[in-house]
Amino acid sequence: MSIEAGVVLEERRDQVHRVGEGDFELACNRASLAGAVSQRACVFCGSRVVLYPVADALHLVHGPIGCAVYTWDIRGSLSSGPELHRNSFSTDLREKDVIFGGETKLADALDELIERHKPKAAFVYSTCIVGIIGDDMEAVCRKAEERHGIPVIPVMSEGFKGSKREGYLAACKALSRLVGTGDTSDISPVSINILGDFNLAGEIWILRKYYERMGVQVVANVTGDGRVADLRRAHGAALNVVQCSGATLALANMMQKEYGVPFVRASYVGIEDMAEALYVVAEHFKDKDPGIVERTSAVVRDELEAIMPELARLRKDLEGKSAAIYVGGAFKAFSLIKAFRHLGMKVSVVGSQTGTSEDYKELARVTDPGTIIVDDATPLELAAFVKEKNVDVFVGGIKERPIAYKLGVGFCDHNHERKLALEGFVGMLNFAREIHSSAMSPVWRFTPRRAEQRS
Amino acid sequence: MSANYVATTNACKMCTPMGASLAFLGIEGGVPYHHGSQGCSTYMRRYIISHYREPVDIASSSLGEKHAVYGGGPNFKKGLLNVMRKYEPKVIGIASTCLTETIGDDLHMLTAEFKEEFGDLDLPELVYVSTPSYAGSHMEGFHGAVRAVCGQIASDDGPHGGVNLLGGFVSCEDIRWYNRILADFGIKGVVLPDYSMTLDGPSLTDYQRIPVGGTPLAGIKSMGNAAVTIELGRAIPEKLSGALALQDRFDVPAVRLGLPIGLRETDRFIEELERVSGREAPDHERDARGRLVDAYVDGHKYLYGKRAVVYGEEDLVIGVCAFLAEIGVQPVLAASGQSTGKLEAAIREVTDGLVREDVQTASNVDFYEIAELAESLKPDLLVGHSKGYRYAKEWDVPLIRVGFPIHDRFGGQRINHVGYHGAQALFDRIVNAVIEYKQSHNSVGYGYI
Repeated sequence: MSIEAGVVLEERRDQVHRVGEGDFELACNRASLAGAVSQRACVFCGSRVVLYPVADALHLVHGPIGCAVYTWDIRGSLSSGPELHRNSFSTDLREKDVIFGGETKLADALDELIERHKPKAAFVYSTCIVGIIGDDMEAVCRKAEERHGIPVIPVMSEGFKGSKREGYLAACKALSRLVGTGDTSDISPVSINILGDFNLAGEIWILRKYYERMGVQVVANVTGDGRVADLRRAHGAALNVVQCSGATLALANMMQKEYGVPFVRASYVGIEDMAEALYVVAEHFKDKDPGIVERTSAVVRDELEAIMPELARLRKDLEGKSAAIYVGGAFKAFSLIKAFRHLGMKVSVVGSQTGTSEDYKELARVTDPGTIIVDDATPLELAAFVKEKNVDVFVGGIKERPIAYKLGVGFCDHNHERKLALEGFVGMLNFAREIHSSAMSPVWRFTPRRAEQRS
Repeated sequence: MSANYVATTNACKMCTPMGASLAFLGIEGGVPYHHGSQGCSTYMRRYIISHYREPVDIASSSLGEKHAVYGGGPNFKKGLLNVMRKYEPKVIGIASTCLTETIGDDLHMLTAEFKEEFGDLDLPELVYVSTPSYAGSHMEGFHGAVRAVCGQIASDDGPHGGVNLLGGFVSCEDIRWYNRILADFGIKGVVLPDYSMTLDGPSLTDYQRIPVGGTPLAGIKSMGNAAVTIELGRAIPEKLSGALALQDRFDVPAVRLGLPIGLRETDRFIEELERVSGREAPDHERDARGRLVDAYVDGHKYLYGKRAVVYGEEDLVIGVCAFLAEIGVQPVLAASGQSTGKLEAAIREVTDGLVREDVQTASNVDFYEIAELAESLKPDLLVGHSKGYRYAKEWDVPLIRVGFPIHDRFGGQRINHVGYHGAQALFDRIVNAVIEYKQSHNSVGYGYI
């Protein structure tokens, strides 16, 4: 029996592909199959991911307690100032609220929390049952906004209404209500917003420094170390630099349409992509600022010089090893594949929760024959693939970690909970150290599966 | 007292299906199954994995928008079939969620329909519990699931004659002690739930679809023939008591005690085992008890008069307060996000005669309220799960980590709370935390303490 027949449910067969075996076609963008144990979360999760790092806003989850509890301070999004976002606020709906409606409780909770914390804006997230019981969040928020004089923005993130992607869109719609409401008079013509970076382990601070060294003003972080006032004037930036799997792409599109702000896409993971993210911005501004290209080259050169010697040492140990990648959005996987090449490693399993067919086509193009590509994988599938390909390291999130460890495979957390900066040039070095410290640990030789292989 | 505020800030509880899932994870061949949106199971898996560091598969009926409108029945059944295909479970533990309860899906009816429709298949045991997140906390979910097992799949098939032990929401290490102590007494025991292996298993050559371990299904089937059911937890509501369900269904007498945390609560449990078995406690347990009392004496001066804030599930809080009172630490606040109505009386009972001031209790509170109360109480120690860390840091007082979740330390699944060994381990940690605090806040740097 093939591995696919053993672990992949019939209805999911077309969501798994081996590169080089037949024409490439991978089904994706489907609702998760009931009973399959998807690694995906929900619409609410997508919205929470995007908006969470806005540090001086109140984030109120309107619903029963679970959704707020499981998202309390779970991400490594750092703030250089206020840390209101690191709290978990909920209307904690109870039975009687479900029966009689939660609007009054929501209004009262907003009054209480806004009075107490004096936030610069409030985001109110709807959860599964809010749509069902019919609370008019829009009206409650509008009235609260009038009472308190700050933006109170409903985020339509009922969990069951799609996947994370719909949540991104709901978050972008919420953000678009802030953009365009602030003063832009002192913004430089050589200026950008950083979209789609969440300042995990301080990553956006690293990026901002690169851009500042190039002579570029960063207007708003969207949303890592984010501030309401910056978001309100983000439309004054000359360019949007958008990272990632589309978490904030919808906002970039809206801003282009509404305010004529163009955007470029970028990734800050790995050496080439990081350098490219700087060069593409330099290219955009070179007419306005002729010296920018040279300054950018200097930044890249200095940063590379600082990391290359150690990277080369680490590579010596890692050469020839192999990796599996399972991430939320496929975009990160492209950068990771390149980053692994720098370490002399090959990627033999790659998948994502919410990749698009273009993403998967591109993955098939950049990976070696035999590589397994999978959409919306289950734990059983991932375990089987990791075992079959006998990888040395798995890159994923906390939910994938025990799969790797049970099979005696190293692991690198590349998800929102990480505590180590993995973006930027220094991030590439950190990544290499992470991979090295897991792959080279002596503990694997004691794990039964690896011990069996050695004997 | 109850909540003074409308909004909940930094809750000191989790949601109902979380507790049900944890209980179902402790049944042999069991797969928890949420009837609801995909996000619930993924969020809870992540939360559980961060504590236990083990694979945790929780299936979901993954309802989408049209199911919420037209009913989740078809997806519910499809999901069960897929779980059967890929996991080959012996038991599927079904928990509802706020979504499915609100749209009016009835688990009893849906499960019956499923059994009817697919009666020709070799079906696993299906046990279900209603767990809308808007009613109760994770502990109501936990006990609800245990009661559902006792009420729906327990029977009087097969020999037993021993003890059904419903041990409460304790650590994997604690459950291992339950199993050991029953074996030491020569008592046949059915410990429910038993996630001591399923959530703390060994490294393996192959990935297990369902981790080995768990309360054996054959044991559950024989629960009706036990001599007694011992249920641990003074704050378990009667309507969620598995022991009372077994008493009603099979006339198995129910003995309801507190979690065996500290000397006296452990004594009560051991005495019950002595009574049931007709044997005396084994020598090594008596020795452990002796060493514990000896340690209480050796360490008492470091602790006397220290003030502790204790928070978490009501039963854990009650047990910890019983223990702290024994060692001369004054619990100044016993707080919980739960609200069974049993906390205050239970705390009074377990601390009676040992504390110099009444212990203030607070149910249905969040960390905002706990912090507000605690600030004027000037605690020397916090005792609870890792979500209190930020307050311990802010106030610069040691946090003694107990219970679930422990997301900021290693080995939460192996913390021993129960029995004499558990009390000994807690005692050593508390004394050392006090000593370490003293050492690090003193310029001399004493090398002998």
